[in-house]
Amino acid sequence: MAHFTKATSVKDWLNQRLAIEKVEKVMASEYWIPKNINFLWAMGMVLAITFALLLVSGIFLLMYYQPDVKDAFYSVNYTIMRDVDFGWLWRHVHGVAASVVFLIIYIHMFTGIYYGSYKKGREMIWVSGMLLFVTFSAEAFSGYMLPWGQMSYWAGMVITNIFSLGGLHLDGLVEWIRGDYVPAQAFLTRFFMLHVLLLPLAIMGLIGLHFAALRIPHVNNQDGEEIDFNAESKKYLAGDKAGSKVIRFANDFMSKDLMVVGVFLIFFFYLVFFNYGFALDPVNFDPADGLKTPAHIYPEWYFLWSYEILRPFSVNIGLIAFGFAQVIFVLLPWLDRSPNAVPASRRGAFSIWFWVLLIDMIVLTAMGKLPPEGMFSTIGLVAAILFIALWIALPFITKNEKKV
Amino acid sequence: MHNSSRRGFMGKAFGAVAGVGAVGSLVAMKKTWDPLPSVKAAGFTTLDMSIYKEGELVTEKWRGKPIFVLKKTAEMVASQTESQKARDIVVGDSHFMLAIGLCTHLGCIPGYNAAEKSFLCACHGGMFNWAGEVTKVPPPRAFDIPPFKIEGNKIILGEAGPEYKAMKDSGITL
Repeated sequence: MAHFTKATSVKDWLNQRLAIEKVEKVMASEYWIPKNINFLWAMGMVLAITFALLLVSGIFLLMYYQPDVKDAFYSVNYTIMRDVDFGWLWRHVHGVAASVVFLIIYIHMFTGIYYGSYKKGREMIWVSGMLLFVTFSAEAFSGYMLPWGQMSYWAGMVITNIFSLGGLHLDGLVEWIRGDYVPAQAFLTRFFMLHVLLLPLAIMGLIGLHFAALRIPHVNNQDGEEIDFNAESKKYLAGDKAGSKVIRFANDFMSKDLMVVGVFLIFFFYLVFFNYGFALDPVNFDPADGLKTPAHIYPEWYFLWSYEILRPFSVNIGLIAFGFAQVIFVLLPWLDRSPNAVPASRRGAFSIWFWVLLIDMIVLTAMGKLPPEGMFSTIGLVAAILFIALWIALPFITKNEKKV
Repeated sequence: MHNSSRRGFMGKAFGAVAGVGAVGSLVAMKKTWDPLPSVKAAGFTTLDMSIYKEGELVTEKWRGKPIFVLKKTAEMVASQTESQKARDIVVGDSHFMLAIGLCTHLGCIPGYNAAEKSFLCACHGGMFNWAGEVTKVPPPRAFDIPPFKIEGNKIILGEAGPEYKAMKDSGITL
């Protein structure tokens, strides 16, 4: 048996059993963050806080929600919204956070692309982050089913039909996923399970992996500079705080992180209290009706760009393009052939690639929202082809990049 | 050496037990997600075909899906092309367009424009004519025809009669 001595304090008692001081050092006070960063480096913490908001509001919604095709709509729109004291608050927090979390994810992602934070040992951070994006997308979709309104039903119909994989006609697979010929009770209950248990578990596991992947390569900085964290942290601990290129994660970096989180939360609760409409589609305030498709259906704004890549093509080509758009971001660390891990602004052609990609995705998002007619169809088609062309061109653009 | 071969055996023995268990649980999980018997049993609908009016689209329901029924006018019947005739369903001396009213692209219900006698899917802009054929992509094929059996003036949906089987064999519907 290991040797224990009589504890001199509660802290000592815990230290002997859980090594709390050591854990605190490893996780916080001696986890080193570069000084040369900006507010964009706080997006990870903003995301963690937003996830916590989703979790807490979700727990309260779960206490009144009924996963039954007859009751689901009324349990959300009547019980939670009118009967339950502050029920509206949990729903608005949940709905707004589900939308805003994607805005922050996109900012977080494009910050990573801009500063080259997926290179030189940081590949696993990028890959685990993209897996989080996929699970968050599945979480958003499954949650969208639960109010069982018209948009829930028809989004469920269209998205599950994608699994018939066009020309392969896997209708049996689609019926298996639904547990019925159309989205019905079996479908609602299983997506309820996915939304409240399996996917949140997967997300929490992936968040753990995402943080773990950050441990060894450390956080990137504004110049992509390779920092000797060992030497710099020794300098800091020796008292040369000004000369060292790093600071402690807690409380030093945390205080700045939480400053940004504070600003974010003011913006967030402004939306929750005064401008929540954007997160609650009016069409979804009609109960699901399998015999009436809404006149114009579209996904939530954060899926529009990939939806617009699916839409302008015939079914098989559309699905291939859609599949391409879903997986291509994961491969970014290997498609970028340049050895430079510096901001895009110093990388010549890559800088143009970055901004064109960003603008193209905004155009795709805008076109995805508009009806698929005339001019919009054409712009959408061009933007979709440009998206694919950009990714095919990336290895060639970056291969000839000059070393900086 | 002696020890390691014993460990090797134990590892393999565990692997075998775990493997059988894993396969068994995957089968159970797959089967658990299959449509329930009650869902499958409710999959038949009988339509009385003598009640429909010419040129008027009626939407029926089968397996939760909308079924378009359009009794063709004499004008439509006379103007039918070969491929349209192949999709024609004849009950007594009436001709029908009878099909699952879901766009073959991703399953939205196309709206019927009575003036133009055509269907437009609002989801992705696909179009179909009154015979159920595609006139504008993305839908990859004409409306699917549900399994049907003609019995006198009635049609039973969900059961495959000879007329349906012939259509399926010739690839007119999936």
